[in-house]
Amino acid sequence: MSKISAIEKARARSAWLFVLPMLVVLALVAAWPLARTIWFSLTNATLVDPTTYDFIGFDNFLAYDEGRWYGILTDPQWLNALGNTLIFAVASVSLELVLGVIIALIVNAALPGRGLMRAAMLVPWAIPTVVSAKIWQWMLNDQFGVVNAMLEGAGLIDGPVAWLGGSSLAMVSIVMVDVWKTTPFVALLVLAALQTLPKEIYEAARVDGIHPVKVFFRVTLPLIKPALVVAVIFRLLDAMRMFDLVYVMTGSSEETMTLSVFARQALVSFQDVGYGSAASTGLFAIIALLTVIYIMTLRPLGRDSGA
Amino acid sequence: MLARLRLACAALVLLFVTGPVPAQQLAPREGVTVSIACGALGIELELCREAAQEWARKTGNSVEIVNTPNSSSDRFSLYLQLLSSRSAEIDVLQIDVVWAAMLAPHLADLEGPLGERVDRMFPALARNDRIGGRLVAVPWYIDAGVLYYRQDLLDKYGFAPPETWGQLTRTAAAIQQAERVAGNQRMWGYVFQAKAYEGLTCNALEWVSSYGGGTFLDGSRNFTADNPAARAALAQAGSWVGSIAPRGVLNYDEEAARGVFQTGNAVFMRNWPYAWALAQGEGSPIRGKVGVVALPHGPGGESAAALGGWHLAVSRYSRNRAEAIDLVAHLIRAEEQKRRAIKGAYNPTYPALYEDPEIIAANPFFATLYPAFENAVARPARQAGPRYNQVSDAIWRATHGILRGDDTPASAMDRLDDEIARIAYRARWKEDARSE
Repeated sequence: MSKISAIEKARARSAWLFVLPMLVVLALVAAWPLARTIWFSLTNATLVDPTTYDFIGFDNFLAYDEGRWYGILTDPQWLNALGNTLIFAVASVSLELVLGVIIALIVNAALPGRGLMRAAMLVPWAIPTVVSAKIWQWMLNDQFGVVNAMLEGAGLIDGPVAWLGGSSLAMVSIVMVDVWKTTPFVALLVLAALQTLPKEIYEAARVDGIHPVKVFFRVTLPLIKPALVVAVIFRLLDAMRMFDLVYVMTGSSEETMTLSVFARQALVSFQDVGYGSAASTGLFAIIALLTVIYIMTLRPLGRDSGA
Repeated sequence: MLARLRLACAALVLLFVTGPVPAQQLAPREGVTVSIACGALGIELELCREAAQEWARKTGNSVEIVNTPNSSSDRFSLYLQLLSSRSAEIDVLQIDVVWAAMLAPHLADLEGPLGERVDRMFPALARNDRIGGRLVAVPWYIDAGVLYYRQDLLDKYGFAPPETWGQLTRTAAAIQQAERVAGNQRMWGYVFQAKAYEGLTCNALEWVSSYGGGTFLDGSRNFTADNPAARAALAQAGSWVGSIAPRGVLNYDEEAARGVFQTGNAVFMRNWPYAWALAQGEGSPIRGKVGVVALPHGPGGESAAALGGWHLAVSRYSRNRAEAIDLVAHLIRAEEQKRRAIKGAYNPTYPALYEDPEIIAANPFFATLYPAFENAVARPARQAGPRYNQVSDAIWRATHGILRGDDTPASAMDRLDDEIARIAYRARWKEDARSE
C-alpha cells in the first residue's frame, strides 16, 4: 500500500518536473506581459516619460467628471473600432466557413489532378500576411490598380472605384482579402475531417438512392461538425485580434479601424501607454468572454461525439 | 605595487564622491565624436554633412551622421524610443517645429549658450522653442504655408491675386470654367492638402485662424474652434471639394497637390515654399508662369500661414553636451543659413537675411515670403505638449469629415470638442491649470 503511494508520489514529482519548464515559459511570455498590460491600464503612464506614472483606478475604462463620461467604454472611437471588429469577424468567418466547406468537398472528390489542386489551394495561406496585404493594396489602387483596370475592361464599372478610400467599401475589400487568404485554412481543416469519414455510410446512402444534397446535410455535416467548431473558434479568435491586414491596407483610418489598430495608435502614435493598455485589456476581456462562451457550448457537443 | 593600488582606490573613491563633472561646465574638448541626426530629403543630407564636417575640421573633433527614416512620424517614433530609454546614441537631433513641446523633457537647455541668437530670429519661432522657461531647441529653417498662383492665367482673364478666400473661390471658379470651355477639361481651380494627416491640420488652422476663429486651443488649453467664424471657414473649405477642387484632393498630400499644379492643371495651390524651386525648375511645364503670395483671409480676419520648419536640439543624455552645443551653434550661424538658402532654398530663421542681396538674387520669391513668416501661426503644439499628436489627429479627422461631406461644421466641431475634452481629461489639464 505504502509502496504504491511512494511510486505515485515519485510519478507526480517527475510529472511536475516535466511540466515546470512549460509553466515557466508560459509565465514569462504570456502571464507576465498580460499582468503588466492590465497593471498599466490602471495607470496614466506615457511613453514620453515611462518611469513616472500614477495609479488612477478604472479611469481609463469608465469615469465621470463634471457632467461628462470618460474612458474607453464611452469613447466613440473605441466603440466604433469594436463595431468594426465584430462586423469584420462575423462577415469574414461565415464566408470562410461556407467557402471552405465547398472547396474541401471539391478537393475531396476523386478528380484528376487532385494533388496539384490541394497544393495550389494553399498558396494564399502560405504568403505572409503583410506581403499579401501589400499586393492587394496595389491591386485595389483606384488610379493604377489591376482590379479597376479589369472591371473597366469588362465594362462592369464606369469610372475607377476607390476600393480602399473611405466609405464602407474599404471594409468590404478587407473582408474580401481576408476571405481570400484564410479560406484555405478552413478548407484544410474540413478536408482532414472529410477524409476520416467512413465510406460505408456513403455506400449505404447510395444503395438507398438518397439525393446527394440530403446526404450532405444529414450525414456529412453532422459528422464534420466537431472540425467546423474548431475552425470557427480558431478563426473567430484570430479575427477579433485582426491587425496586420487592416493596418497595412488602410492604416489607422476610422472606417476600418479594429480594436488592435486602436490600441496600437494609442500606444505608439500617441505614446499613451495607460489608455492603450486599457484598450488592449478591453479586447482581451472580450476575447476571453467569447472563448468561455464557446467552451461552454462545446462541452455538450464533445460528450455527444465521445458517446 | 600596494601604494599604486591604494592610489587607484583613492582616485576611484574621489570619483564616486564628487561624481562626474556636469557636462555644461566644460569647455568643448577635442577628439570627440558627436553624432547628429539630420533630415535626408533632397539636398538636405549633403548640406548637413558639409557643414558638420567643416565644424569637425575646425574644432579637431569628428562627426557621425546618423541615418533616420524619411517619414516624419517614423522619425519621431525613433527619437522617442531612443530618448525614453535615455540613450546617448544621438547627440544632436533635427526636430520638427511641433516636436519641441513633445520632446522637451528629454532635451538640454540651450538658453545660456544660444538664447541671445534665438532672440534675433522670427519671434514665433523663439516662442515655440521656449518650453517651461527652457530653450529646448534652436530654429534651423522656417516654413510657412503660401498661395501659389498661375500668373499667366490670372493675366489672361484679368484677375488679381486674391486677398480673401471669397475672391479665391470666385476667381478659381471663373478661370476653371473658362479654361474648360476652351478645351482644357482637366483644369481645376484650387488644390491643397486634404488627406487625413498632419498637413490637413495645417490647412485647417490656416482657414480657421484667417477667419478670426482662433487656433483650436487657446493659451489655457480650452477648445476654441466651436465658434461662428471657425464654422464659416470650414464650411467654405467644404464647398470647394467637388466644385473648384477635385474629389481626389481628399487624398492629396504636398506632393500630390504639386503634381496637379505643376502639370498645369490648377489655377491656385496651397503649399510650402519648397514647391517654388521645383515649379520654376528646368523642365517644369509652368516654369516662369508662377507667382507666390500670402494666403487669403476671411472676412474680418488676417492672413495666417501655418508655421513649419525644422529645429536643432541637443539630447539631455548626450555625453558630449558641450561639443554638441558647439556644433549646433555652428550650424545655425547666419553664414551657414545663408549658404543653405542659396544652395538649397532653405528659408533662414533670421529676418535680417531676407534683405541679403545674394540670397534674394538666388531666390527672388523670398522677399514675398517674408510677410508669411512674420504672420505665421503656430499649431497648438505648445499648449498640447506631449498630447499634440492626439489633438492634431482629432483636428484632421474632424476636418476630413466636413470636406468629405459626411459631417456639418457644427456637428464636427461638437465632436471635436468632446474628443479634446477626453484628451484633456487623460492628460489632467484641468488639475494642472488649478495647481498653476
